[in-house]
Formats: sequence, C-alpha cells, structure tokens
Amino acid sequence: MEPLRIYERLRERYPGAVLETSEKKPDPFAVIDPAVLLEICRYLRDDPELAMDCLSNETGVDFKDRIEVVYHLFSYRHRHGAVLKVRLLRADPRVATVEGIWKSANWMEREIFDLLGVNFEGHSDLRRILMPEDWPGHPLRKDFVEPQEYHGIATVRESPIVRLDEHRKK
Amino acid sequence: MSDAAESIPRADGSTLRTEEMTLNMGPQHPSTHGVLRFVIRADGEVMREAVPDVGYLHRSIEKIAEKVGYHGFMPYTDRVDYVCAMFTNQGWGMACEKLGNIEVPRRGEYCRVIAAEFNRIASHLLTVGLMGMDIGAMTPFLHALREREMINDLIEELCGARLTFNYMRIGGVAWDLPPGWREKALAYLDHLEPILEEYNALFSYNQICVQRLANVAPITAEEAINYNLVGPNLRASGVKWDVRKDMPYSAYPDFDFDVPVGRGQWGTIGDSMDRYMMRIFEMRESAKILRQALTKMPDGPVLAKVVRNFRPPAGECQVRVESARGDQGWYVVSDGTGYPWRVRVRTGSFAAMGMIQKLSRGLMIADLVVLIASLDVIAPEIDR
Repeated sequence: MEPLRIYERLRERYPGAVLETSEKKPDPFAVIDPAVLLEICRYLRDDPELAMDCLSNETGVDFKDRIEVVYHLFSYRHRHGAVLKVRLLRADPRVATVEGIWKSANWMEREIFDLLGVNFEGHSDLRRILMPEDWPGHPLRKDFVEPQEYHGIATVRESPIVRLDEHRKK
Repeated sequence: MSDAAESIPRADGSTLRTEEMTLNMGPQHPSTHGVLRFVIRADGEVMREAVPDVGYLHRSIEKIAEKVGYHGFMPYTDRVDYVCAMFTNQGWGMACEKLGNIEVPRRGEYCRVIAAEFNRIASHLLTVGLMGMDIGAMTPFLHALREREMINDLIEELCGARLTFNYMRIGGVAWDLPPGWREKALAYLDHLEPILEEYNALFSYNQICVQRLANVAPITAEEAINYNLVGPNLRASGVKWDVRKDMPYSAYPDFDFDVPVGRGQWGTIGDSMDRYMMRIFEMRESAKILRQALTKMPDGPVLAKVVRNFRPPAGECQVRVESARGDQGWYVVSDGTGYPWRVRVRTGSFAAMGMIQKLSRGLMIADLVVLIASLDVIAPEIDR
C-alpha cells in the first residue's frame, strides 16, 4: 500500500489525530498527535492489511523551534512502509515509548535520549548509550556547545599550523 | 553480588555458599570485534545476563555531517563501517541523489556494484576468519585474510585505498576501472570459488566448528523482525528478504542471483551455525553477481555532472542499502542549503547489539564470543 493511502486510512480511523501529511519530497510523512501515538502504532502493527511488524528506524531531529521524533515503519509481509512524526516542545520534549510494540525501539530511543534529550515515558532502561554518563547536554541539539574540557582532558587543541601562520603575519 | 548468595547445607553441618559473579569483558578484548564492553552477571560458567556497554568508538559522525557539506561528508562515511566502506559510500551517495534528483550513469552504477560486491566478499571473509579465531582456531583466520588481501589489492588499484575507500561520489564513482583490471578481477573469482570449498572442508563442516556453533542462541523470525535484525542475520532466521532483490536499487535488477536463507541443517533455524553459513553462501552469490557485472558492463561515463556547490531542495528521504551487515538506512533531512540539516545512519550492528542482552540469558560465557561473531557486529558501526 502506498504511504499516502496509509495516512488516509489513519485520518479516517482517527479523526483529528493526523495533524499534517506532507507532499512527496521525496518521501511523504504524516505528523500525528503524540497523545494517540501508541494507539496508532498498535493499530498499524495489528491490522492485517497494514501489518507493520518492524520499526526500521527511529530518530530525532532538532528544528530549533521544535523537536521531531521520526518513526520509519516497515512491513515485511506486505513490503510497504510509512513514516510517522511527532512534534514535541523543545523545552521539555517527552513522548510515550513504543518499546512495548517494537523491541528495536529500546536502543534507538536510548540514543535519541542521549543525543537529543527526548524523554520517553515508560521506557524500561532510559540511560545514555553513546556519550559518557556525566556528559553535559545533548550533542545533536543545534545550540549545543562543546565543552572545552572533560575531566581535565582538553577537547580542543590549538593548531600549530594556525599559530605559525599568525606568527608570520606579525 | 551478595543478594544472590545462598547457602547450601552439607552433610557435616557446614555450608557451601554460591553467589553470582559480575565479570567485566572488554573494552579491549581480542574477540569483541572492536572496542565494546560487556558487564556479565554469571553463575559459574552460565550467564544470567550480559549487558552491552557501547560508545567507546563514538566519533559523532552524524554531527560532523551537519558541518562539512554534502560532497565533503563522503570520506567520513567510510568511517561509519570501515570493514565495508563501499556500502556506506553508496548509501550516502544514493540519499543525496534521491534528494537532488540526480541520475547516475549506467556504467557508474556497474562500477558501484562491482566495488560493493568485492567489498562484501572481503567483509564476509573477515567474518568467517574471525569466527574461527574467536572459537580458538587460528588457521582459518590466516586463510581468510590471505584471500581478503587479494581483494584489498584489487580495490587499491581501483581507488587507491585499501580500507577507507572514498571511491564513490554523489552522481557516480570517482574513477573508471583501470586498464586490465577486469581480467584480474575475473581471475580472482576463478580462484575464489574453489577456495570457498576449501574453507568448508577445513573449517565450516569441521565437527568441532559445527558442535560449537549449532543450536547456540537461535533467533526466531518473529524475534528477528521485532528487534529489527537485518541482512544475513535476518535471513539466517528464515526470512527471505534482501534489499538488493526486494527493493532493487542501482544495477541489481540486471543480475540473476539467489538469496540464501537459513534452513537449520545443522541444528535449529537461526542458530549461530546458520548465521555463519549465510556468509559463505553469500560470497558465492556475490561472485555470481560480479561475473555478470564484469561481462555485461556498458560503456559510457561513470560520473554524472553534479555542481560543486550541491544544494538539494528542502525535503527528506530514507534510502536502504544492503550492506555486508545488512540493510543500512540513510535518513537525510535537507533544508535547501549546502549543509544537510540532519543525517542519520541506521546500521545493522546497532540493532544486533541491542538484542545481545536478551540472547545472552542462559548462555555459556564461551558462547557469548560465538554469538558476537555470528551476529557480525562491528564496533564503529554501532557507535558511529
């Protein structure tokens, strides 16, 4: 089934839950209301005509005014896919976890929590995964500033070449 | 530790205490395939659980993409998975081409397929060799590296690098095949196919290997899909799914090849032996594709004209590439400027690693090494 037809079905079944569907540029997506995310995901997985048995990718994007969490769903049975998005407040992004529906969400949500600071409510093991546990901030946010040092180890180093250039200019 | 301790009374009135051990494995362990660490809770030799701790190789490649622009990111993609860098090159190229609506010349696509399939064989050879080394056999590793070395030589002639290739460009590949390369490549394939039989005789069908691998950590098809396992690991569980066949890209529709799936000849469907054998079968299929590609190769340019200051229109897309470690997803968001807004690589090793905690329950510690090797996880691909 074409992604746009899937979004149409969602619109019919959950009036008001699909906030926006995009044009094909090049991948179409549907923005949905975070409050009904779990219900929609369960429907997408359990409906025999849709049967989205795989959460192929889950990621987050910081758009400066909001944070979006993107779900790429895929059905091995019907060989079709869909892209869902939820828009979250940047100040306090939180959304329900889909770990109970697709197990692969466990680690991907940990990564989003780590790199973008999205809180997944009900997640069984929400810890940092890639960065050290005491790392300040969330690196994939657009306003993240890299700290100058970490436990006394410098994260930036003066370039000897730049220094040489400046010396020559004098 | 102590909460699991229990006292067992003995006949003479004394007590024997057993308690759970917490062991650390890694980050520098010869058989963990890069820098990764496990915290193992074990009852003697049997694991209660192995909790993976990743991130030691995190180089923030996705963040770098936002700073270096579309063309400039190509060499960085090599580092996402340096064992099979052709596929990460191709994934990034394909995502940009889809966003910018660029068509790759036919010969360029063939060059991509040839480079990628040679890289797949090289990567699988390493996996096969490492499996031998991980369970204590040094010889298969040396044999596998010998054949891998020849591919490295071929690829070096093609693009000047042996590991981080930077061969592909947005819109095609950087260089055409050098003169005389085609004959060398065909000669190598003639050499490889009988050698695979030799590997099987030496190692795969060896009684010791089969007993170590069969029935270890089987994964059912439902579990594999639920945990988003991809590529050879998914096919070993009996799911016949290959991006090259089912969502054809590049020049793959032109070639005739099979998709091997796990049948559980040696034990259970989806056990470590099935996952291991998938690599041997796939090398044969890759050789088949390579022969067809090298003989059918069309003439023409290898690189489309792409502007230096490449600015794809605002939008987003995901492309999927069948890498040696399975379906690799490149999700790219463009805001219309010369720098991508967000790049995300969804890799097979990351998903496989997320499954190890569950699979490790009740396994022997020695089998954890087999499990890691059979899932073919590679640390740079997990951490990126």
